[in-house]
Formats: sequence, C-alpha cells, structure tokens
Amino acid sequence: MITYPEVVQLELNINDESRKVTIRTSDTLLHVIREQLGLTGIKVGCENGDCGTCTVLIDGLPIKACIMLAVEAVGHKITTIEGLKDVPIQKAFQEKMGFQCGFCTPGFIMNCHALTKLHPKASDEMIERWLQSNICRCTGYEEIKEAVKSVSAEK
Amino acid sequence: MEGKGGEEMISFDFEYYKPASVKEAVDIFEVLSSQSKKPIFYNGGTEIITSARRNLLFTKAVIDIKDISECIVHEFKNSELYIGAAVTISQIEEKSLFPLLRDGSNSIADQTVRNKITLGGNICGKITYREAVLSLLLCDSEMVIAGKNGLTKHPISEVFDKTLKLANGEFLAQIIINKDYAKLPYVSIRKTKEAKSAYPLVRVLALKKENEIRAAITGVCGFPFRSIELESELNNKSISPEARVERAIKKLPAPAVNDTLGSDDYRLFVLKNSLMDVLTILEGDSHDNISRSGSARVKHKR
Repeated sequence: MITYPEVVQLELNINDESRKVTIRTSDTLLHVIREQLGLTGIKVGCENGDCGTCTVLIDGLPIKACIMLAVEAVGHKITTIEGLKDVPIQKAFQEKMGFQCGFCTPGFIMNCHALTKLHPKASDEMIERWLQSNICRCTGYEEIKEAVKSVSAEK
Repeated sequence: MEGKGGEEMISFDFEYYKPASVKEAVDIFEVLSSQSKKPIFYNGGTEIITSARRNLLFTKAVIDIKDISECIVHEFKNSELYIGAAVTISQIEEKSLFPLLRDGSNSIADQTVRNKITLGGNICGKITYREAVLSLLLCDSEMVIAGKNGLTKHPISEVFDKTLKLANGEFLAQIIINKDYAKLPYVSIRKTKEAKSAYPLVRVLALKKENEIRAAITGVCGFPFRSIELESELNNKSISPEARVERAIKKLPAPAVNDTLGSDDYRLFVLKNSLMDVLTILEGDSHDNISRSGSARVKHKR
C-alpha cells in the first residue's frame, strides 16, 4: 500500500523531466505545477473543474489540474504547455487566430492537442464535445474549432 | 488559504493511502477511524477536492481505491459485464461495451472532467444528478460492495434509494450488469437550459423489456430514481398516451425542484414532453436506440 504523510517529498515526471517536490498531500496538481515547479503556462481559473484553463495531459489524456491531487500524478507522465514544442495545433492557433486575450489559450491548446493526437479524424460533433471542456470569455470558439479542423485535415 | 498565484488551496492537511486490495482498504479505514481521522474513500476525487477547497468537507485521511484490481475491471465475464467503480466515464465511452451505460453517462460534466470522474464516484457523490446510476437502475444491476466481509453483491433496488446505502467503512467496488440488457431498445433524453454540458433540467433514460417501458429520471426531483408506480401508469395502455404521461407525472416520488435552473412547473412541462417522446419512440416501429441531447437528435444503430 502506498502511504503518504501530510507533507511528502516525491518525484513527478513533467515534460520528460523528473522533478523532486516537497508538497502537502492535499495540494492540487495545479498548485504544485505553478508554485513548486514554476511552470506558469497553466492558469488559475475557476478551480472547480469548469473552465479548463488549467488543462494538462496525464499520459496523453487532458485533465483539469485543479481537480487532481499532485500525489495522484506520481508514476504518470505530466505534460504542460511548456512541454509542447511547435506541435501542429500551436501553428494552427496562430494561423486561424484561435486566441484573443490569450488567458484560456494554454488550456485550449492542451485539450486540442490531445484531441488531434487521439482522434486525428475527429468528427465535427466530437470536436464540439471536446471543446465544451474549456471556456473562452473572448468567445473565440469558431476560430479554435477551425484550428482543430485544419490539423485534422492535414492528417 | 491562498497560494502565491492567488489560487485557493485546500485549507487542511490529510494523509493519503493507496491500498492494493479490498482488504487493505477496509482495514486501513478501520484503523484511521479509530484514530478519529474521519477517513474517506477517494475515487476520481473531483467532488472531494472541490468540496474540500470550499470547506464543505473535512478529513484527515483519504483512501484512494484506484489501485484495487476489482475497482478497475471493465470486461464481460460469461453473460455479465463487470465494471469497477474506479473506471472513468471516458473509459466507458471509449470502450463502449454497453451502449445504454455509455449513453446514460457520456453527458456528465465535460470531456476532460469525464477523464477524471469515475462511475463509482458519480454514483456515490453528493451531487443531486448522478446520471450514471440511471442505466444501472433500469438494468437491475448488482452493486458489489466492499466491507469487512469482503465483497458482497446486492441488487441495486435493495441498496439504492435516493443514494447508495453504504455503512461506515464500506465502499462501492464494482457493478455487474447482465449482458441481455444490452440487446433491449432504449431512449436517452437530456434537456439542459443552456450549454449541452450543463446540469440537466430533465434527464430521462428509458428502455423496453418484455413490452413494458422502464424509466429512470434525474434532474426533476432532488435525486435520481426509478419508480415502479410511475412506470405502471406509463404502461397503462387502456388510456391515451397523453393521459398515461399525465398520470405518470403525478407519481413522482418528490415535488419537482424549483431553482434558478428552472421552475418546478417548467421542469414538469419538459418532463411531460420527454415522456411523450419515450412512448412515441419505444412503442413506435423504429428499433434504433435514440439519444437526444438538448434539441439535437442522434441515432445510434447497432
């Protein structure tokens, strides 16, 4: 049985690096990534699993880091926006103007990147379902959808 | 408590345990209880984290059941589908072994949250909707509960009444559904006020077995339910469909919810229309299973 006390030192695999952290077991992954690891691409939004601005990939699946304890991520591969290097969806966001103020962009990109990797030929219905996970208060949804579709079209 | 980035952290500390077996989980719960640590079983954890952050919940120890093999099983064994309580809603959709369960749960929250929410967590949560339980109510599922006596099977009708009845120290380990239910025609209707991923005003899941319609409902009352009395009225073919629905609605187990999402009268109006759709579809000629979300209509052919 794995047992962690209230405060624990452990290793997280993030963006293909092994990083040691000393955390409270009750810390969310969102908090640890920003405050312990200094990766601030992930944003603090609703902290309630609603807005998607803290989306990261856990073993390739998009997860909202505000509703995951950091200890749950031990043994899994965490990817943040800093871990993406010129992937197609980033270029597509630029070309299709998939952002305005930019606050939601890292979360959207993580979700859309996962979608295009896991479902390269996603239907319009699937794209819409996945995009419901993130909120853009500038309402740039159509452009974001176009960005996803342009990546799918290339495959 | 606030972090430097301005986010609100969980204001209290707790220990974290991840047992590898049912026995370890039950035993550690007993030990932690005796130490007054108010342990809670932890599955997907989404509701626990958000409630803890708002100080609506307190514990000194969480017991994560996601390493227990019985809780992550997801397969047919002979004529039954075994699904562990720690299987995520996304995994149910991806694997799609049981279309009724898939369509009954794949509109909970949104895609990335469904990657974290588990079947057991949704059923045992405090949230009123708990949509994942509807298909289980319709299929006479067996709930496999872990406790001091190991794993024990219970018909859902005996252990689910508004909530899953668990004794202190027990947790839901897995669910068993007879494969035969996967062959039955069904209808899935989900009506929301605005966004499709919002909480449902009315959620109806219905299937036809031996020429009788079964219906499980959530969103209308403050809990998910299946009512034999309501179904009896719905199946009374001696009167018109409109009269059957009118009489069925009078058999709701509690008054309709009246809140900012929708008034009680509006909910009943939407429910009435939804039940009319159920009758039309399940008593019509089409044998396609139908899933309706908002005003959209999607047919699932097998």
